[in-house]
Amino acid sequence: MNILRKSDLKRIVACAILFAAVQGLLFAEIIGPFWELNIVLICINIILAVSLNLINGYTGQFSIGHAGFLAVGAYTGAIMTVKLGFPFEVALVVGTVAAGFLGFLIGLPTLRLNGDYLAIATLGLGEIIRICILNIDYVGGASGLMGIPRFTTFAWVFWIMIFVIFFIKNFKNSSYGRCCLAIRENEIAADTMGIDTTKYKVMAFTLGAAFAGTAGVLFSHYFYIAHPASFTFMRSFDILTMVVLGGLGSMTGSITGAVLLTFISAYLAEYPEWRMIIYSATMIVLMLHRPQGLFGNKELSMKMFGLGGGKDGRTAESK
Amino acid sequence: MEELLKVNDISVVFGGLRAVSNFSMTINKGELIGLIGPNGAGKTTAFNMITGVYTPTEGEIIFNGTKTSGKKSYQVTQLGMARTFQNIRLFSELSVIDNVKVAYNMHVKYGLVEAIGRFGRYFDEEDKITEMAMDLLKIFHLEDKADELAKNLPYGEQRRLEIARALATGPKLLLLDEPAAGMNPQETKELMELIRWIREKFDLAILLIEHDMGLVMGVCERIYVLEYGLCIANGTPDEIKHNKRVIEAYLGEEVL
Amino acid sequence: MDMGSLLHQFLQQLINGISLGSIYALIALGYTMIYGILKLINFAHGDIYMLGAYFGFVATTMLGFSFVPAIIFAMVGAAIAGIIIERIAYRPMRNAPRIAILITAIGVSFLLEYGMMLIATPQPRTFPAVFAADVYHFGPLVVNSQQIVILVSAIILMAILTYIVQYTKIGKAMRAVSFDTDAARLMGINIDRVISATFALGSALAAAGGVLVGIYYNSIDPLMGMVPGIKAFVAAVLGGIGIIPGAMVGGIILGVVEAMVSGFISSTFRDAAAFGILIIILLYKPAGIFGKNVREKV
Repeated sequence: MNILRKSDLKRIVACAILFAAVQGLLFAEIIGPFWELNIVLICINIILAVSLNLINGYTGQFSIGHAGFLAVGAYTGAIMTVKLGFPFEVALVVGTVAAGFLGFLIGLPTLRLNGDYLAIATLGLGEIIRICILNIDYVGGASGLMGIPRFTTFAWVFWIMIFVIFFIKNFKNSSYGRCCLAIRENEIAADTMGIDTTKYKVMAFTLGAAFAGTAGVLFSHYFYIAHPASFTFMRSFDILTMVVLGGLGSMTGSITGAVLLTFISAYLAEYPEWRMIIYSATMIVLMLHRPQGLFGNKELSMKMFGLGGGKDGRTAESK
Repeated sequence: MEELLKVNDISVVFGGLRAVSNFSMTINKGELIGLIGPNGAGKTTAFNMITGVYTPTEGEIIFNGTKTSGKKSYQVTQLGMARTFQNIRLFSELSVIDNVKVAYNMHVKYGLVEAIGRFGRYFDEEDKITEMAMDLLKIFHLEDKADELAKNLPYGEQRRLEIARALATGPKLLLLDEPAAGMNPQETKELMELIRWIREKFDLAILLIEHDMGLVMGVCERIYVLEYGLCIANGTPDEIKHNKRVIEAYLGEEVL
Repeated sequence: MDMGSLLHQFLQQLINGISLGSIYALIALGYTMIYGILKLINFAHGDIYMLGAYFGFVATTMLGFSFVPAIIFAMVGAAIAGIIIERIAYRPMRNAPRIAILITAIGVSFLLEYGMMLIATPQPRTFPAVFAADVYHFGPLVVNSQQIVILVSAIILMAILTYIVQYTKIGKAMRAVSFDTDAARLMGINIDRVISATFALGSALAAAGGVLVGIYYNSIDPLMGMVPGIKAFVAAVLGGIGIIPGAMVGGIILGVVEAMVSGFISSTFRDAAAFGILIIILLYKPAGIFGKNVREKV
């Protein structure tokens, strides 16, 4: 038990060192604006990937409309700062809560569906959100909401990302997380374990949606604009690709997937027409040869390299 | 004797087919009851109604003083009923110990905030759950395999794990759906011992669906017989053995 | 608006809706047949329709074909493409988890869309007018020749499909496989051939839809299949997925509802209407209009 507390502490120290290093490089301007932008994007994508992994990977509910919640966060946050003049902190909270609340409202009826049907329903809902935004003149309609101040800094995204990662990791290693995993594994058996499956599915969906909302606020306050074209089905597919590439059900996998794909698309920035081709071809080849993704549902840990000391799982949890 | 489960005249209709018709049954505290019948007689359907998977079209079920017909499966479990499945349903990608730990979810008192922030009751309760799960695994001789994935266990151990997991929910009534299916005579004999022992140790009542006549006759105190959705007899194993309708319907001359 | 013009508006939108809906129906048929046999939501199906439109474009502009040969050319081309896609991307996944197959299908879809962008540039192309566009007036109502051609072609194609499925050997095999794949295999049916045939037929119908849309709107582009593809899926679910007449009825209903929404509310909400229908039908009657509910056996 003490080891666990210590190991959590160790991780936070490691994160702080990483933060200091990157921040230092930014200060010294060794990392230029192009890569700074991509580092921020990586953090946002990690938030999106781990929150989608909570829904798809841990709870086994196949949602492919994550961009919809990203949009809700981006727009709500922007309304808070641009239209109503609230500080950024308030925008973050409101954007998160708004996306989470919408996730709750949507999740309650749709999570009764399973498999393919849920996928299609979430896709449809994501599109409905986007179409509605397109039709609201208050937020700029098709031309988007402009003039958003750049409040997002590397420090903000980094520490929010760390918070989300720890949140979801601790969630998974609790009774709540075990119930979600049980639902993924066998819903009928989970039911006979006294698990109110709807409650946990909606809980995971709401949390996942809320964090996507957080990512949205960070996103629109970095790029000065919230535009409906940033939140299409293609964006949802982007996030899904990260999660699946890393391995559904693996947090470290989602993180790796997000880092890898953000880098790939940064390098392909000059050849946008190739980007989606490479994405989709990667997906097909991956599904044909390694459908479980890079890590399967396992976590990457020191133990995998034979260095001892598990990152997650029972070794760290029990004594 | 104290009444634990009272099934009153339940029936269920699936698209015009009366799968179970006017079935009644009583189980007292600590009893070991068998439910037998030919294939398709409606045994599993009756089971599913008792555990809340299906809602009976008619009749009612009272469990431990509470009406459970119409309640959902997880609510029935929370009232103290646990079951296993004919076709094993484990959480195959989870470790053996996590399969059992899942079952303690109803008794967890720490809240979401405590779990995320890792303070308050979180560590104490998680430690306690791990300890209880390990104890249970020891009883079923699975402690060495605690960290293996459930799907990697051999068949017999999977059956045992499913029973262990059901017991972890803390039931007053345990329902076993063909626990001896696919076992050899030696394993079946051990299972018989295990069932008797579980009942004593955990102080609960057991309802058993079984094809293996030896097992049912050997361990059950009373037996109900279903045929075409109707209950055609109930009584002690001796009475069932000599009941003419049962012999005609199910056992056939060669068995006796 | 008085009652007369309201009725007029209603009838006009009904005509528009039926012609649009018959195209949805053509695409939905392929969706439903493939789902019926493989239990696969073929996300790439909408892009086969796009592919068909481009084949039709090539046939009319470069090869100088007239309408009927062009549509046949497009159908054959798309059928071959459908067979190849199934062979390469779906066949090796036959026993993979459903989610993996779904992701593959989404991948194929994007690959076709962006592959086409690379070959044909993202710019929309003007589809040539293959026959004179006449406008007929029935009292206050307007019907143009494209709408008539669409409807007549759709009816002919559906009649042919119904004949194939009901009366030919391969059609009977398809129904058998869709009903129970294992039993069909034990009866000596070559499952792989049946699946190839299903993809060929479904893709051909989608391609016909693509050519007809090209003629109707005069414009095609690499992403044209995205939204109609999803809508055709909605139509298939609406009618009851796996059920052939269901796809036809579902397509027409969806077309009519969309026309009504754009006629009476706003054309920008047209796409939301389709998704709204999808979600309502999934929640209240997931098996669709013609389907039966099946629950998992415990």
